[in-house]
Amino acid sequence: MANMSVNIAGVAFKNPVIAASGCFGFGLEYEDFYPVETFGGVSLKGMTLDERLGNPPPRIAESKCGILNSVGLQNPGVQAFIAEELPKLRGRDVVKIANVAGSTVEDYCEAVERLCQTEIDIIELNISCPNVKKGGAAFGVSCESASGITKAVRKVCTKPLMVKLSPNVTDIASIAQAVENEGADAVSLINTLLGMRIDIRTRRPILKNNVGGMSGGGVFPLAVRMVWQVKNAVKIPVVGLGGIQTADDAIEMMLAGASAIQIGTVMMEDPMAPVKIVQGMQEYLTKYHINDINEIVGQVQPW
Amino acid sequence: MTQGEFYVIYKRAQNGLCDMVIDAPPIVDKAQIGQFVHVKCQGFTLRRPISIAGFEPSTGRLRLVFEVRGEGTQWLYDHTKVGDALDIMGPLGHGFALLENTQKALIVGGGIGTPPLLGLANHYAGNAHVVLGFQNIQKVILEQDYTKTGASVTVCTDDGSYGTKGFVTQPVQDLLEKEHFDIVYACGPSPMLKAVAQLAGQKGVRCQVSLEERMGCGVGACLVCACKTQKAGKEHFSHVCKDGPVFEAEEVCW
Repeated sequence: MANMSVNIAGVAFKNPVIAASGCFGFGLEYEDFYPVETFGGVSLKGMTLDERLGNPPPRIAESKCGILNSVGLQNPGVQAFIAEELPKLRGRDVVKIANVAGSTVEDYCEAVERLCQTEIDIIELNISCPNVKKGGAAFGVSCESASGITKAVRKVCTKPLMVKLSPNVTDIASIAQAVENEGADAVSLINTLLGMRIDIRTRRPILKNNVGGMSGGGVFPLAVRMVWQVKNAVKIPVVGLGGIQTADDAIEMMLAGASAIQIGTVMMEDPMAPVKIVQGMQEYLTKYHINDINEIVGQVQPW
Repeated sequence: MTQGEFYVIYKRAQNGLCDMVIDAPPIVDKAQIGQFVHVKCQGFTLRRPISIAGFEPSTGRLRLVFEVRGEGTQWLYDHTKVGDALDIMGPLGHGFALLENTQKALIVGGGIGTPPLLGLANHYAGNAHVVLGFQNIQKVILEQDYTKTGASVTVCTDDGSYGTKGFVTQPVQDLLEKEHFDIVYACGPSPMLKAVAQLAGQKGVRCQVSLEERMGCGVGACLVCACKTQKAGKEHFSHVCKDGPVFEAEEVCW
């Protein structure tokens, strides 16, 4: 069997498939279907220093080939996560990634400091959540603010630091370079694209938050393009996500430049998607006589 | 919970209402009254949550009764035929708390909130009083199914075209005044649930309600199907798919 293991920022993953933050709870919601170890890693639900209630419902709307969500970072807060949720993942053979968000630089830093004292393997700095009024994506839409938050968090972060980038920008590659310059060990992209749906009978937005983040198959080509652009602009590893639905999509994302991939929305459609994607990627390697998945990373041959 | 393809063995679709029986032993084995299943509709990212109207452990048969609400349920209504396989996840969520069937239950259903309560009428049979409310005579569903359980059944229509004229709240209030009930169950539009919960609360009778919300994963992983609840005076968002769909009425922030 071909090698499926990858290494991101010094952390070994048994395969390059990671559950995307926000689609996989705190890692154990799908245990009736398959063990969390199916994944190489799991990016846990985005958390903040203090508990957040999240946005009022409805928080989801459907679109052609995807969805919009406006959860708004509902989470119990870092302390409750460490006390109540993290112990349940103890001893599970999967890379544990804490996705961290906040309203202020101080909040981010304190949350990261606390998480660095636990068995969390990687910090994923979420500067791209489109669903909160303060902070979140505001940090991720300019080079100055992205480098500022990365610099501050880098000082207190003793774990590998991956920064999750927003696609709602004009030049994602320059933002990736900005966070790389401040010491990010990896970048993950893309977070959701800001969108809107309106009920034509009531003339009301479907989401109570009016707007929300779009994900799912419809965003895949955008994500592939952005991963490719970022891969060409930085030296640190790129984790690719956005609309991956099949093993073929995952391979395509890796050819564009992703060293690992994340999947999320597809699990709403097919809870067994992670199992199928890992297996399908293995089959691709066998079919094309590739000994090591790392050989395909960034191997697209542009015209 | 499980996920797989299960065959449709009966289907009746008319007036925008679909009654379907599916051969699904792995789901039926674990099902509780009040739970739901998540059904894949071709061409849509999101599965459609549909409440379980009935299940028969001896045969593995699962009954779903649903109304066309949007494009997904329209696809199910139009394109599913007997013999087709449907991709279904379930059973999902928590069902109703069942007391001994010698206890007295008041069961209140509004419109398409009627199907998930049918199992309760079967359980309590002669010890249940069922109040069902619909917009008009054309919308009345499952009356015979309820009557067959042996429960007393009162049907109301908003316009008086069938049964008692008006909302379910008046007969519910009258019954709570006249008779003793150990528990009240309700499923239907939110204003109805709120009114029934208040009436039960005034009489100090335990009340369980089944809620709905636009839903994503169905297993508590994506946190989209939020509903505001309170515990020990503290408000937070619970999730219909995993914490519900059945909630103690006193916990719901209306």
